Amino acid sequence: MLKLLVCIKQVPMVTELPWDAATGSLKRYMAEGMMNPACKHALEAAVQIKSLYGAHITVLSMGPPAAEEVLREALAMGADRGVLLTDPRMAGADTLITSHTLAMAIRKQCPDFDLILCGSCTSDSETAQVGPQIAEALDIAGAAYAAHIAIEGRTVQVQRECDDFLETLEMEMPALVTIATTGHHPRYASLPGLQNAFECGDIAVLDADAIGLEPGTSGMKASPTRILDVYTPTAGKTNVILKGAAPKMAQTLFERFGDRLSGAMAKDLKTHEHDDFHDESDDE
Amino acid sequence: MTKVTMNNDNRSIWVFGDYRNYFQNRVTLQLLARARELAPRIGAAVCAVIFGNHVDEYIREYIAHGAQTVYVCDHPRLKTYAVETFTTLTARLVMRYEPEIFLIGATDFGREFAPRAAKRLKTGLTADCVGLDINETGLLVQTAPSFGGNLIARIITPEARPQMATVRPGTFPERPHDDQATGQVIAIPFPEDIPCDRVRLVHSERKPPREQRIEDARIVICGGRGMGSRTKFKKLFEMARLMGAEVGATRPVVYSRWAEHDSLVGQAGKHVHPQVLFSFGVSGAIQHTAAIHDADLIIAVNKNPHAAIMKMADVAIVADASQFCSALIRELRKRIRE
Ligand SMILES: Cc1cc2nc3c(=O)[nH]c(=O)nc-3n(C[C@H](O)[C@H](O)[C@H](O)COP(=O)(O)OP(=O)(O)OC[C@H]3O[C@@H](n4cnc5c(N)ncnc54)[C@H](O)[C@@H]3O)c2cc1C
Repeated sequence: MLKLLVCIKQVPMVTELPWDAATGSLKRYMAEGMMNPACKHALEAAVQIKSLYGAHITVLSMGPPAAEEVLREALAMGADRGVLLTDPRMAGADTLITSHTLAMAIRKQCPDFDLILCGSCTSDSETAQVGPQIAEALDIAGAAYAAHIAIEGRTVQVQRECDDFLETLEMEMPALVTIATTGHHPRYASLPGLQNAFECGDIAVLDADAIGLEPGTSGMKASPTRILDVYTPTAGKTNVILKGAAPKMAQTLFERFGDRLSGAMAKDLKTHEHDDFHDESDDE
Repeated sequence: MTKVTMNNDNRSIWVFGDYRNYFQNRVTLQLLARARELAPRIGAAVCAVIFGNHVDEYIREYIAHGAQTVYVCDHPRLKTYAVETFTTLTARLVMRYEPEIFLIGATDFGREFAPRAAKRLKTGLTADCVGLDINETGLLVQTAPSFGGNLIARIITPEARPQMATVRPGTFPERPHDDQATGQVIAIPFPEDIPCDRVRLVHSERKPPREQRIEDARIVICGGRGMGSRTKFKKLFEMARLMGAEVGATRPVVYSRWAEHDSLVGQAGKHVHPQVLFSFGVSGAIQHTAAIHDADLIIAVNKNPHAAIMKMADVAIVADASQFCSALIRELRKRIRE
């Protein structure tokens, strides 16, 4: 049976940003977590492979203890086993060190994998680097941004868009593929499924020692990059508010911003003459 | 083959030569330009590296656009982009010549290749930078957005080398083409021991081009669910035709098929940076606004004055989106001098 491994990250549900200006870090405890969208697509791809060819799916996540929730959700969607790496010593890792940690865990927990699937990108840090770096760490074939994935024998075929090209790639397993958010429609976890996953799902919680991480090779300390500072790009906008009848506002818009509009349109506009308007009702 | 003696006193900034899609994608030239601005501050030379087959014309282009040295590996095995081979070649060259800084355009390929190269070299990599600078200690300060552009982080790589970053296309202007510029070309023989890529490219075709790409449009008109219906949404196309603009859409609009999927603007779709962005009936969810921050002027129409989009707009028009669109089209027809 195929052994699939899906890497999943819990990301904050960002409707507003709980950013702590004093400590310069994200108040993750305030942000409600969700499964990173691209990871959900990767999991969906895995579940589809499972239903087509039969497979065993391990989901792996590194994160705070609360990340267990997304692993349980993954079990409810069709994964068989969850592994959570959680340890303060792993916190604050950049992509180089994150990929090292995940690769170590894969070697320990699932050394006989056939195919690793990752989300192509996370919605918080958006680097798209961890997937390719795990492939590099494990010295296996890897392809990014897959929209579709098919398996024949030991061959994985991937279709993807890459810089204005539509590409079909093939590689032999073991391999790693990162999944874009274009080709799959992630299923919803059913309520009974969720209940079951939360009651008796198989989840192992491991720390740095359990996966054999050497001291000083994990977390922020080991990471080659340093964050100097973080800020919000709040542009001091002069916000003009227009209210009233639509035709009148359309006129005002041209009177006040006609120069910018005509510049962008590369066309001359009459900005100061206007006829009387007729308030026509909206057409359907 | 050119024999090269290594000289470690020669500090250098390298730019990866990403020449595929040359006419649309100028990011390599943009990076060469920025590298030339930064280089004097650390006493470095600017070098391009290029892997391919029959790439002489790109070598000339890179020199004309600021490269002082071009390392080139030209070999039939390199006639298509291949991540593993490029990674191995890069790692060997970097270990040999030890550049201080290595910049890669944040194209799809760049963003797949750079992490592998950084991993092989055990160095840091900052993704999709929108700013690069040198600080007082001579380190590269890499400015990168996260959370869909809602947070900006400044990142350094204090010790590991090279300092690596992928950089978003369009971040820096390129230098004018200089025919007179001269540069050194260093040919790197293709190392025959490099194994074949485990990933095989079995088919590749160019995506059918859109007439004008929304990413390049000077005016973008985004419509959201607040346009009301597919019929009303069509008005935006009429407005776009009059203005020479491109129409973008939010996710619910794309899902309801009022617009094509490739017009999706947002985290899951296109990033736009027009001079003027119109937004009709869009609430301003972060996954959408992440991709419109770069617009110079945002004109938002929403019946709810408290919608998030109205706060980020330069001009907030409180109105029914479809009605205002009709009014705007009438006004435009009157004002355009034919
Ligand atoms: C992981 C993830 C990725 C996503 N990626 C994207 C993405 O790439 N792009 C994207 O767009 N979305 C994306 N979304 C969805 C996003 O969160 C929002 O749901 C979406 O942008 C909302 O679209 P909308 O503004 O058209 O609709 P709504 O949020 O429903 O807003 C409609 C707006 O129209 C106004 N309105 C209603 N009627 C009228 C009227 N008659 N006249 C004027 N105004 C009116 C309302 O006041 C409201 O502000 C993503 C979501 C997730 C979770």
